[in-house]
Amino acid sequence: MKIAVCVKQVPDTWAEKKLREGDSLLDRESADGVMNELDEYAVEEALQLIEAQGGEVVVLSMGPERAAETVRKALSMGADAGIHVVDDSLAGSDAIATSAVIAKALEGKDFDLVIFGSESTDARMSVVPAMVAERLGWAQVTFAQKVEVSGSDVTIERATENGSDTVTASMPAVVSVVEKINEPRYPSFKGIMAAKKKPVETVAVADLGLDTAAVGTAAAWSAVNDFAARPPKAAGTIVTDEGDGGTKVATYLVDQKFI
Amino acid sequence: MAEVLVLVDQVDGAVKKSTTELLTAARGLGEPAAVWVGPGIDDAAIATLGEYGATKVYVAGDDELAKHPVAPAAEVLAQLVGEVSPAAVLVPSTADGKETAARLAVKVGSGIITDAVEVAADGDRVVATQSVFGGSTIVHSTVTHGVPIITVRGNAIAPEAAAATPARVDVTVELSDAAKKATITGHTAAVKGGRPELTEAQVVVSGGRGVGSADGFGVIEALADSLGAAVGASRAATDAGWYPHQYQVGQTGKTVSPQLYIANGISGAIQHRAGMQTSKTIVVVNKDPEAPIFELADYGVVGDLFSVVPQLTEEIGKRSN
Ligand SMILES: Cc1cc2nc3c(=O)[nH]c(=O)nc-3n(C[C@H](O)[C@H](O)[C@H](O)COP(=O)(O)OP(=O)(O)OC[C@H]3O[C@@H](n4cnc5c(N)ncnc54)[C@H](O)[C@@H]3O)c2cc1C
Ligand SMILES: Nc1ncnc2c1ncn2[C@@H]1O[C@H](COP(=O)(O)O)[C@@H](O)[C@H]1O
Repeated sequence: MKIAVCVKQVPDTWAEKKLREGDSLLDRESADGVMNELDEYAVEEALQLIEAQGGEVVVLSMGPERAAETVRKALSMGADAGIHVVDDSLAGSDAIATSAVIAKALEGKDFDLVIFGSESTDARMSVVPAMVAERLGWAQVTFAQKVEVSGSDVTIERATENGSDTVTASMPAVVSVVEKINEPRYPSFKGIMAAKKKPVETVAVADLGLDTAAVGTAAAWSAVNDFAARPPKAAGTIVTDEGDGGTKVATYLVDQKFI
Repeated sequence: MAEVLVLVDQVDGAVKKSTTELLTAARGLGEPAAVWVGPGIDDAAIATLGEYGATKVYVAGDDELAKHPVAPAAEVLAQLVGEVSPAAVLVPSTADGKETAARLAVKVGSGIITDAVEVAADGDRVVATQSVFGGSTIVHSTVTHGVPIITVRGNAIAPEAAAATPARVDVTVELSDAAKKATITGHTAAVKGGRPELTEAQVVVSGGRGVGSADGFGVIEALADSLGAAVGASRAATDAGWYPHQYQVGQTGKTVSPQLYIANGISGAIQHRAGMQTSKTIVVVNKDPEAPIFELADYGVVGDLFSVVPQLTEEIGKRSN
């Protein structure tokens, strides 16, 4: 089985995120870049499937030079090879362009599955996997809290608003995973050393047969008009319970007209 | 006036509150037209859609549409976009909704904005307001190419009735082979309690690792019931199996934005905050004065939840008698 995993480099979860004056893009330089947390679960799921069934895991990331660190991290967890799409023209790409690039990078490479995280912590859109499925015409089996491959079929448990659905498709298919699915491994020392020798292919937009004018800020189909920091919340009242904590909260709730 | 397509969110044929919010928002942009995908529509559902201003209800009622996830709704909407050139398409910000909007955007060649908390007309543009980075930044954006496709967060817009008598328009959609590639073969319904829906509730009472056990959630539920509130939980509590997963609040759980959020025994990890930070009023009970959740508190008590919460419940009981 051949599995691709899409991983995105995002600003460190705990870093304060800001939009830049001027181009209204996320200021990525001011924070450390880390692998999008949910994509670690995607890598883990791919590794577990391969460990059970044999095959190969290829990690794919679109992002600036330093996104190579994130590709390397997936390799040190155990992925076999990497593809890094890096091109100056990509800066400011929206989900539409990102999905076009990812779909082109996956096309014609005989993948059985491509696994995504269900959401990136910076964009928080949860749209790229569905867009890639739409573009490739592959089955979409997303928001999986469980994945099973048997023969040429993949079956997932899809987490929904009202419970869960069992969804089955034949491969190739687009999978995205939620964090309930597994516990991502930490790269071992051996894994980190081995990753240094694993192949990473660097690909430019033109190599994918896409026009650089179709990606990046200028080609984005939505635009930020303006943004502003929400006025900071006034500091709250903090009291220590001296046997009357519950009564005090009740008084507060009465004052605020909740009761 | 151009139509504004609103994808109906429903459970077992009952229109969800989020749909009434979307219809309310749609009225500011054009003529609201509800789009129902799958079987199960009845007169009561049409009446609810009309009550909130739908002048038309498109019904794509074929059974087949409910057998496959996401793609069928995108194909129904794409066909309607082609037929009626709407001013905008509004979709609920659920997993299904966002993914439907995503496929639609690729199909019809339009930009997409997710998680809007407000939409407004500005000349012939539609401006979406988003609250990003845990509510710290307010962004106004516009779709600049194609039909604006916007997903709208639940509980962000107050639904207001504005009665209309909707015309039912049945639509037939020939599903593509691609849309039929994934098939829903089973469904496990979440156990439904008697409490308000988490994402729709005006008050949410949540418990975290500090609650200590499944039994411990009894005090959380008792407080919730005294306030007519929904119960939420942190991931630590759902992972431990103390409370069902469907009640998880946070980045990978539900996003809630109630009038009042009471966090008990929750430390305030960034992933938890991501799902509750825009709550209007936040009350915290935690025994650790250093817990980061206190940074969000309008009112906080440093103390043991097992003494504070029952006392609070009792006080509320006294006052409502
Ligand atoms: C990819 C990913 C996604 C995630 N998604 C989510 C998500 O959607 N939602 C979510 O909540 N988390 C999520 N998390 C987990 C998150 O990082 C935290 O681990 C989790 O929120 C912690 O839950 P907690 O606050 O209940 O537990 P803890 O951090 O352990 O905090 C427990 C708190 O309870 C207090 N306490 C203990 N006993 C008492 C008592 N008797 N009385 C009063 N206070 C007491 C303690 O002082 C402490 O502050 C995610 C993590 C990852 C990696
Ligand atoms: N630039 C990117 N490179 C690789 N994968 C990506 C990229 N952007 C998004 N993804 C994948 O798409 C998922 C959902 O992202 P989003 O739709 O932005 O919330 C992520 O978890 C990643 O798996």
